[in-house]
Amino acid sequence: MAKTPINNDIRKLRFNQDEMTQQQLADKVGVTRQTIAAIENGKYSPTLELAFRIAQVFSLPLEEVFTYNPEDTKK
Amino acid sequence: MPYQEKKIIISMISSLLVLAAYWFYIYQNYPAEITTTPTNFRFWGKTILILIPVSIVSRIVIMILFTIANRIATREEEPSFSDERDKLIELKAMRNSHWIFILGFFVAMGSLALGIAPYWMFIIIILSGFISEMADGFSQLYYYRKGI
Repeated sequence: MAKTPINNDIRKLRFNQDEMTQQQLADKVGVTRQTIAAIENGKYSPTLELAFRIAQVFSLPLEEVFTYNPEDTKK
Repeated sequence: MPYQEKKIIISMISSLLVLAAYWFYIYQNYPAEITTTPTNFRFWGKTILILIPVSIVSRIVIMILFTIANRIATREEEPSFSDERDKLIELKAMRNSHWIFILGFFVAMGSLALGIAPYWMFIIIILSGFISEMADGFSQLYYYRKGI
């Protein structure tokens, strides 16, 4: 299945937050660890609400966590 | 393997086992009613109506046993909730499953239209219910592994 057109820097941001684990982030935003893993790997585009919750955890605006690249779906 | 995937596989295996066991029981005890009385709708009505609660209860028991066995073997806890991705996967799998059941329904009606013995219609309905359940499981596994 093609990657989603939404890229993200969650892995890097977690690293910058004292190597926050996927489980810790999942607990903070109210999803399962598998969902965070799927988002990081580009296998799932989160809903707008979840995207905002993730951005809020890192105290960043949405566009600094997620970027939209429609070209990625053509790969 | 994540808990959700294990649960789906166990659910699919239990569906297969329950249907096989029930069918075996029917075939052993009522062989004449299945084929030699093609218009015995009462038999088929009872067969399908009993299959539904038998299937639900058996699957609940199998899932409880799986949860206990999995907990003992892996010390992994069952996720206490299903998040938005789980729900989306469930919905997409259910859509695929419904399409297959609808197709089975048309095939069943087609068998009547073609004048095939009515008991085939009931067999096709039961089979399409089973195949649609399998499709639901395979779809969920596919979406969990490949992404949505």
